[in-house]
Amino acid sequence: MKKYILKRLLQIIPVLLGITFLSFALMHVAGSDAVTEMYANKGAVSQEIIDAKRAELGLDKPFLVQYFSWLGGFLTGNLGTSYVSGKNVFDTFLSKLPATLLLTLLSVVATIIISIPLGIIAAVRHDRVTDYILRFLSFIGNSLPNFFVALLFLQLFAIRLHWLPSISEGVSLKSAILPTMTLAIAMSAKYMRQVRAAVLEELGRNYVEGARARGIRGRIILWKSVLRSALLTILTLLALSIGSLLGGTAIIESIFMWDGVGKLAVDSITMRDYPMIQAYVVWMAAIYVLINLVTDLLYHYLDPRIRLEAGKAS
Amino acid sequence: MRKTAEKKTEYGPDSLSGNSDTREVRKIQIQEESVQKTPAVRIQKVRHNNVKKRLILFGALVVLLLILTVFSGYLTPYDPDAQNLAIAKMAPSAAHLMGTDRYGRDMLSRVIAGSRASIFSALLLVAVSTIAGTAIGIFCGWAGGIWDTVLMRISDIFLAFPGLVFALAIAGVLGGGIQNAIFALAAVNWPRYARLARSQTLVQKTKTYMEAARLSGSSTWKLITKHILPNIIGPILVTSMLDIGTMIMELAGLSFLGLGAKPPTAEWGSMMSDARSMITTAPWIVFSPGIAIFLSVMIFNLFGDTLRDWVDPKRRI
Repeated sequence: MKKYILKRLLQIIPVLLGITFLSFALMHVAGSDAVTEMYANKGAVSQEIIDAKRAELGLDKPFLVQYFSWLGGFLTGNLGTSYVSGKNVFDTFLSKLPATLLLTLLSVVATIIISIPLGIIAAVRHDRVTDYILRFLSFIGNSLPNFFVALLFLQLFAIRLHWLPSISEGVSLKSAILPTMTLAIAMSAKYMRQVRAAVLEELGRNYVEGARARGIRGRIILWKSVLRSALLTILTLLALSIGSLLGGTAIIESIFMWDGVGKLAVDSITMRDYPMIQAYVVWMAAIYVLINLVTDLLYHYLDPRIRLEAGKAS
Repeated sequence: MRKTAEKKTEYGPDSLSGNSDTREVRKIQIQEESVQKTPAVRIQKVRHNNVKKRLILFGALVVLLLILTVFSGYLTPYDPDAQNLAIAKMAPSAAHLMGTDRYGRDMLSRVIAGSRASIFSALLLVAVSTIAGTAIGIFCGWAGGIWDTVLMRISDIFLAFPGLVFALAIAGVLGGGIQNAIFALAAVNWPRYARLARSQTLVQKTKTYMEAARLSGSSTWKLITKHILPNIIGPILVTSMLDIGTMIMELAGLSFLGLGAKPPTAEWGSMMSDARSMITTAPWIVFSPGIAIFLSVMIFNLFGDTLRDWVDPKRRI
C-alpha cells in the first residue's frame, strides 16, 4: 500500500507541472501583460518607461525563466496581483473558495439524497413502469442545460412565489437553496443512472440467484449483500463527480450572484484580469487532481481485493 | 456456448454494416433459431427489433432537425433581425408564436435562425474533436514508444482540468467569439477521443488479420486506413453522437457567459443571457431559446443512446 501511495504521488508531479505550464502559457496567448494593462489607461507613455517597468518585473526575460519564477510563486502562494483590485490574486481566490466548497458540498449531499434511493428503486424495479418513469426523468434532467434550470427556478421560486431570494444575500443557507438544487438536478440525473447500473450489475451476479434459491428474502439480499457490494462503486463515482462539479459551478454562481470562485472567474474574464483567471485555472486543476488522488487511494484502501493484491506484492 | 456465439454475430457491430455476408449468416441463424427457440433468445430478438425501431424514429428526428437547421434561412416566418419597436416585448400570440423580444424581433424566427449558430457549431466542434483525437490516438497506438508516452501524458494534463474550467479560461483569454468557443471546447475534448482510438488501435494491431495484411505487402498507410480505421470507427462514432447534446449545452453555456456568439447574432445561449434582465416582464424571450436547446439536446441524446444500444446491446442494462 505504501509503495502504491508513493507511486501515485510521483505520478501526479508531471501532471501538476503540465497544469501549471498550460495555465502560464495561457497568459502569453492573451498577448498582454501586467505592464500593458498598467499603462493601458494612462495616455501616451514612452516606450522607455514601459521597457524599464518590464525589466523591473522580469517580463523581458525568456519564456521559460518567467515560467519557473511564476511556478515558484505558485508554490509560495504568490501568483501576482489583480489588474483590477491590485490585491494578491491567491488571497482573493482563497477568500472566495469556501463559498464554492459549501455550494459543492450541499449539491453533493442533495445529489446523494435524490439519486441513490431513486437509482436503487429503478434497479430493483428493472424494466417496469417505475423504472421507465425514473429513467425518463433522468433523461430530461440530462438534456436540460443548467443555466436554463437556474432561470426556471428563479422565475418560479423567487419571482412568482417569493419564497427565496433571487440574488443571494451573502453566503447563507437560504440563498444556497436555488443554486444547490440547480446543480443537484443535473448531477442527480447523471448519477442516478450510474447507481442504477451499479446495483443492476450486482443484482445480476450468481450469488444473488444462489441466495434467492436458498429462500432468503429479497429485501435482505438487497440490503445485506447487494448494496454493500455496490456501495464502493457508487461512492467512487460520486467522488469523481465532485471534481467536475467544482469546475462546473461558474455559470450557476454568476446567475445567482453566489460569491464564490466561479463567479470570480467569470467576472475576471469580463474584466480581462488575467492573473486572476490564471490563479483560478491552476488552483481548480490542482484541487481536482488532489481529489482524484484521494479517491483513488481510498478506493484501493476500501476494496479488499485490491488491498490484498497490494499487500501480497509488497 | 452455441448461444453466446450466435448472439455475437447477431448483435455485434457487424450487423451495423449490413453487408450481404452478414445478412446471409443471419438468415441461417434465424432458421436455426426457429428449431430451438429459447425464451431468452426470443426476448433479446424482440428487444433488438425495438431498438431498431427507435433508431429509425430518432434518426428521422435528427434528420428533421438538421433539415430545419440547413434551411433555417427559408423557414423563418419573419426576418429574424427586423426590428419593430411598436411591437416590442409582445407576449406569444397567433402572429408571433413565441412572442417578440425587446426590439420587436419575432422570437420564433430568431430561435429558428439561432439553430444555425447553436447546432452547426456543436456539430463542427464534435467533428473537430473526433478527427483530431482519433488521428492522434491511432498515431499513438500505432507508433508506440516515446511519441505515445509523450502524447498520452499531454492528454493526461488536459484531462486534469475539471469540467469547463479550462475551456472557460481559453475562451476568456482569446476573447469570446464562436470560433474561439469551438476551439476552447475542442482543446478540452480531444483527449477522450485520443484515448479511445489509441486503446482500440492497440487491440486491432495484434489481431491475426493485421499480420496477414502486412505479410501480403500492404503499406502502413493502407493498413491504417483500410484495416484499423474501419474496425475502430464504430465505438468512436457512438461516442461522438453521444457528445453532440453535451456540446450543444456547453457551447450555449459559453455563449450565455458572453464567451461564444455575440449579439446581434441569433444564438440560443446568448439570446437567453441577453434577455435575463427581462425574466419578470417577458419570460418568453428567455424560455423560448431554452426550450429549443432542451429539445435539440434531447433529440441528439435519444439518438446517441439508441445507437449505442444498437451497436453494443450488452451495455444496455
